[in-house]
Amino acid sequence: MSRNKFLASSTFRLALLYVTLFTVSVLALFTFIYWSSARYMAAQSDAAMETEIRILSERYERSGVVGLRRLILERITRQQPTGSALYLLMDPLSRPVVGNISRWPAVEEKDGWLSFRLETRDRDDAQTHPARAKQFALSGGFRLLVGEDIQELKAAERQIIVALSWGVILTLLLGLAGGFFISRRMMARLEVINETSQRIIDGDLRRRVPVSHRGDEFDRLATHLNRMLDQIQELMEGIRQVSDNIAHDLKTPLSRLRQDLEEISTQRPHDPELSETLSHALREADRLLGLFNALLRIARIESETVTPTLVDLSLADLIKDIVEFYEPLADDKHQKITLLIDDAPQLAADRDMLFQSLANIMDNAIKYTPMGGRIQLRVGTREDRPFLSICDSGPGIATHEHDRVFQRFYRTDASRSTPGNGLGLSLARAVLQLHGAVIRLKANDPGLCVDLFFQGTSTAPATPR
Amino acid sequence: MRILVVEDDTDVSRYIKRGLTEAGHVVDVAESGTDGLAMGREERFDVLIVDRMLPEMDGLTLIEALRRDNRKVPVLILSALGDLGDRVVGLRAGGDDYLPKPFAFEELLARVEALARRNYQGAVETQLKVADLEMDVLSRKVRRQGQTINLQPREFRLLEYLMRHSEQVVTRTMLLENVWDYHFDPQTNVIDVHVSRLRSKIDRDFDIPLLQTVRGAGYMLREPE
Repeated sequence: MSRNKFLASSTFRLALLYVTLFTVSVLALFTFIYWSSARYMAAQSDAAMETEIRILSERYERSGVVGLRRLILERITRQQPTGSALYLLMDPLSRPVVGNISRWPAVEEKDGWLSFRLETRDRDDAQTHPARAKQFALSGGFRLLVGEDIQELKAAERQIIVALSWGVILTLLLGLAGGFFISRRMMARLEVINETSQRIIDGDLRRRVPVSHRGDEFDRLATHLNRMLDQIQELMEGIRQVSDNIAHDLKTPLSRLRQDLEEISTQRPHDPELSETLSHALREADRLLGLFNALLRIARIESETVTPTLVDLSLADLIKDIVEFYEPLADDKHQKITLLIDDAPQLAADRDMLFQSLANIMDNAIKYTPMGGRIQLRVGTREDRPFLSICDSGPGIATHEHDRVFQRFYRTDASRSTPGNGLGLSLARAVLQLHGAVIRLKANDPGLCVDLFFQGTSTAPATPR
Repeated sequence: MRILVVEDDTDVSRYIKRGLTEAGHVVDVAESGTDGLAMGREERFDVLIVDRMLPEMDGLTLIEALRRDNRKVPVLILSALGDLGDRVVGLRAGGDDYLPKPFAFEELLARVEALARRNYQGAVETQLKVADLEMDVLSRKVRRQGQTINLQPREFRLLEYLMRHSEQVVTRTMLLENVWDYHFDPQTNVIDVHVSRLRSKIDRDFDIPLLQTVRGAGYMLREPE
């Protein structure tokens, strides 16, 4: 499974979409949590300050400036030096009476509340802390300020933001990993189905999608696919069976017909016109018989009722025979046959069958290559298998027709006008498949290359002839 | 020639018998394997034509029995099992040639006559002559009217086979089997191209053509009457 294929897979995209949505909702939730807890903390601190003001103003009512001053001093002393409460009492002339901040903050008040930056009491670093305070006017022109250094509060808020951010990142990572894992599993199961389909498209109709017996929807899909394939295979075999039966049943009466025609013609009719008609009829009968024989032969090879007589042979020697056999035909069309032998692989094959099937391919190459064209053969070892390629410089075969040219009676548009029964390549393929060879067609620009990969002698048992 | 046909299909045996009789041969027919074996043992035939599928005893068993008796009569096996593997089995059993059904009568006749001739020839001739065409098989030289003709190795083998079977029809399949040593029905005109090349070398520059095409059957090398 390649990286790109994985990223392009719909399961992965689905997982990604889900992770994004999930992350956004987690983000919204965390924002709300932050907002409400920050508000709660601020409200708590405000309430504490208001309570303090009430207590202090009550003391002022009861025991005047002296009592209030003593109480404030007491509070400041008690909380030193780490306390965060701020106090300042000013007389009617705006002079500080008592407090732990030196002057009245120079900021606008809003509903009695002041927000300002506070010079720290720590001399070593001259930083300022955020602070919040409430002012209160006492009777007699005195003004009271009760506040709080909210540095700690802000720090807690920041801490909450950091924690929540980590939460979001973790959610995202876990979601991605989970999505990756799940989509990989999904893809692996889909990939099995895809691979099987490809094999079937490549011609291995007997292959089936594996069923895991978990009883889930993938298994149901696989079961359905397999049932469809069974039906297709049955239909195809039915069609083949019918055509083979027809060929078989017609062959006997046809050969009788041929015998009768031959008998009549051996009695040498003196009418030359009749004699001509008879020999024409005989030729037609021969052509039909040839067709039926070829069909039946393909059927028998494909159903493996024929046992090839395997011998150890040199692919190069066989190809030399083919070239020698076809050279005069190519010469007549001024075509040049070149044979390149990289090495001489041995293989176990039925010499006659293989010769015929390669002859059929060669026949096509010569037939479709124009006058003066080239036909190149190459023998060697590729992918650890005996290899042969037959390349021509003809019109080639369109890629979408590559599979179909091996079907019985299939003629490409370009070949309809040329003689032939459309069985040559079918026979060639049947024989090659019987030998475990793989056929690959590819374009030769211009022309066609037929690449054949055989099984070496090590993999196929040979019986001496 | 005296020929025994062992064949249970009367249509086929009648057809073979008529054709061979017309070609000037004497034909006996046996309709079962046991009859065929009995006749083959008791009487002298020049060629046997034996079907593979026979009642009582199949064709291959019959041939094996004859060979055990040391009878060297050439046998042509006829069979509907026209596949190469079957041919090999038939030849291993002791048959000399194999012809799948359905067959053209010319093919059968040509093969029967080739088989009979092979049987007559004791030592293999090394000097062949057809009219004014001469071949020395050992020195691989071919002459016509004293002129040397240069032939490719395959052309030489083709001509040798035709000369050894002169005055006799030789089919394309026989040529493929005997000159190229490949056995299948050549649904291709390649053999014709080879023959016409040979013809251009041995006939073109001379008045009398020796290599003739027999329509619907094959070729024949002979001096015209």
